[in-house]
Amino acid sequence: MEMRSGESADLVLRGVTVLDPAAGLDGRHDVVVRAGRVTELPAPGAADAAGLEEIDAEGLHAFPAFFDPHVHLRTPGQEHKEDVETGARSAAAGGYCGVLAMANTEPPVSEPADVETLLADARAAAAVRVGFLATVTRAMAGEELTEMASLLEAGAAGFSDDGLPIRSARVLRRALQYQRLCGGTIALHEEDPELSGDGVMHEGPVSAALGLAGIPSISESTTIARDAAIAGYEGGRIHVQHLSAVESVEAVRAAKAAGVQITCEVSPHHLCLTDEAVRGLDPHRFKMNPPLRSEADRQALIEGLLDGTVDCIATDHAPHATEEKEVPFEEAAMGVTGLETAFAALHTHLVLPGTIGLGLLVEKLGSGAEPFGVERSSLAPGSEANIALCDLAARWTVGEEGYESRSSNSWCDGEELTGRVLMTLAGGQVAYRLRSFSLGVAA
Amino acid sequence: MRHLLSIEQLSKAEIEAILDRAESFAEVGRRDIKKVPTLRGRTVVTLFYESSTRTSSSFELAAKRLSADLVSVKAAGSSVDKGESLKDTVATLSAYEPAAIVIRHPHAGAAQLVAGWADAAVVNAGDGKHEHPSQALLDVYTLRRRLGSLEGKRIWIVGDVLHSRVARSNLIAFQAMGAELTVCGPPALIPRGLRELGCEVTHSLDDLGEADVVYALRLQRERMRESFVPSLREYAVHFQIDSRRLGPRQLLMHPGPVNRGVELSGEAIDSPQSLIAEQVASGLVVRMAILYELLAAGDEEPTPAAGNGATAPTPIGQPA
Repeated sequence: MEMRSGESADLVLRGVTVLDPAAGLDGRHDVVVRAGRVTELPAPGAADAAGLEEIDAEGLHAFPAFFDPHVHLRTPGQEHKEDVETGARSAAAGGYCGVLAMANTEPPVSEPADVETLLADARAAAAVRVGFLATVTRAMAGEELTEMASLLEAGAAGFSDDGLPIRSARVLRRALQYQRLCGGTIALHEEDPELSGDGVMHEGPVSAALGLAGIPSISESTTIARDAAIAGYEGGRIHVQHLSAVESVEAVRAAKAAGVQITCEVSPHHLCLTDEAVRGLDPHRFKMNPPLRSEADRQALIEGLLDGTVDCIATDHAPHATEEKEVPFEEAAMGVTGLETAFAALHTHLVLPGTIGLGLLVEKLGSGAEPFGVERSSLAPGSEANIALCDLAARWTVGEEGYESRSSNSWCDGEELTGRVLMTLAGGQVAYRLRSFSLGVAA
Repeated sequence: MRHLLSIEQLSKAEIEAILDRAESFAEVGRRDIKKVPTLRGRTVVTLFYESSTRTSSSFELAAKRLSADLVSVKAAGSSVDKGESLKDTVATLSAYEPAAIVIRHPHAGAAQLVAGWADAAVVNAGDGKHEHPSQALLDVYTLRRRLGSLEGKRIWIVGDVLHSRVARSNLIAFQAMGAELTVCGPPALIPRGLRELGCEVTHSLDDLGEADVVYALRLQRERMRESFVPSLREYAVHFQIDSRRLGPRQLLMHPGPVNRGVELSGEAIDSPQSLIAEQVASGLVVRMAILYELLAAGDEEPTPAAGNGATAPTPIGQPA
């Protein structure tokens, strides 16, 4: 993973509420950051601020900055939607210190030189650490394996054909056998194209009412079950992307119980919305794959978060140009953006109503690093400064001030959310400050 | 009513208002001069992205009978062929300042999008497999003329419901008018979750005898290739409405075009119970009523001839 190098942060967050469940921190402190590292957490008001920028953080929260193992930065080939610079800026605005970019670009990232070029881009332009996955199969054609060992040597953060499933069980098996030689987590977009057909939304009463072709839940769960069995047989390590259905949670739970090395993620939109949202036929906000499913599915995903079946939250940030969304639902591109709103949306929809605790949310927004062997961020003294400074009471309307992302297909567009990231430190540097906050207006 | 985008948007009273208006146009249709000046000087655009015979011709004739200027655009041979987006096509046509745009499109929600972009009143003439509100209105009109009321009547919709916008709009419209609906067809052609729309679902015609009205749907011949049904022959064995299955007091409807010998037998089509020709005739007056409700109902002036309920607009050539 790489990011732009710049000035190390030297600052103190005065009287901030520090919450880092993984480090066992929950209380009010001054957070002292010197030369880009958290050096101490003295009592509120006790820090010696000599030579430091002082930030009045009374009433604000400091969390270990988040990590998103599933974003689409669209480069190379679709820079009109996003690139490394805008995507990383969008991540920083959401409180993230690191993201992993998927390889389904044009062309897909299948060669070691592609990875090297992208890492150089990140070194030049990224406000947060960006890692790049390479494809499992050459050009995502699902037939021949990429040079996985060379790709890892070139700096690939793992492997995925995300956007498409690996149709052939034989090809996945070979990839997992090769993984024993070279390592590297394989992240899987689980879907049976035969069952999904030309589906554009969840199959159920809403698709029946709208006359839209449905994507049945079993399209996802049967493939997860198949791939978990293959991973178990080969002793391979897999990460299941964007779980959406109750059957899928059950399949992962069963695989974990059977000792398979399997982790999984769930997206904020699947935790907050159901297919009822599709009734208005707005593809900007509500068309994505996997689709928004039923309330029972949403509840199962929440249950999975609570019982640990779901390892982490990943946005599947998928920017699209306006013209690809300003068309009838069936014709529109799949995908929504999510980096800038993940924390605020989940805080609004799940934490404030008491469905999950704030600590669990912070924990799951940071734990996406671990399946890919990346160290998670921490606020414990001695750690590199990776901090999301948030105002839990701030109310804001998504998109009102535009987006850091180059695209505006946010699933929260126009929604009023409660809780906002004011400032992000990533890799020991200040990656983002909300304009009004840095001008002293917001806090 | 600003647009007609779906049956779902209409209350029972609004449906009845359109049907009452259609009755008055039926009266106009019996005159020598079948044209009224209501929409003189106003422009109606029909924009058809799918082939259509009866819907497009009846909307076009309806606009002409109301004295509107008509622009008919078919996707084939137009700038749509050259890759123009729906949004840009609508912007282009909007430059003519049409009073109404009637759109047929292969995808759900297209009419709703157009309503968001254009100033014109928008009529959904079929959007994907979603809705076909003017068809549902003409079907309710046809049945109401024959039965008086749909209250408590049992209506069976038989066939390929999965791919049918007519089935979806009619399910809503018939139920809104008080009918009890049963949907029947092969399991793969009945959408999962359909029961939640308030209808019974069955896969057998055994109890068809309870129906007052049998509404058969077209079975596209290519459905076998996708394994929805194994063969047309086997489909016909289980689901064809023929003279053996259709009782003498049951009414038969079909939105057309019919696959003679597949979903309906020849005798059933030609039987006295068949309302298929009446449906087509109803299409014209109901579509006149839709355009009238959208474009003229607001600025209606009471005429001396006005009686109770809907008024028959003054024909051209007669003193107003």
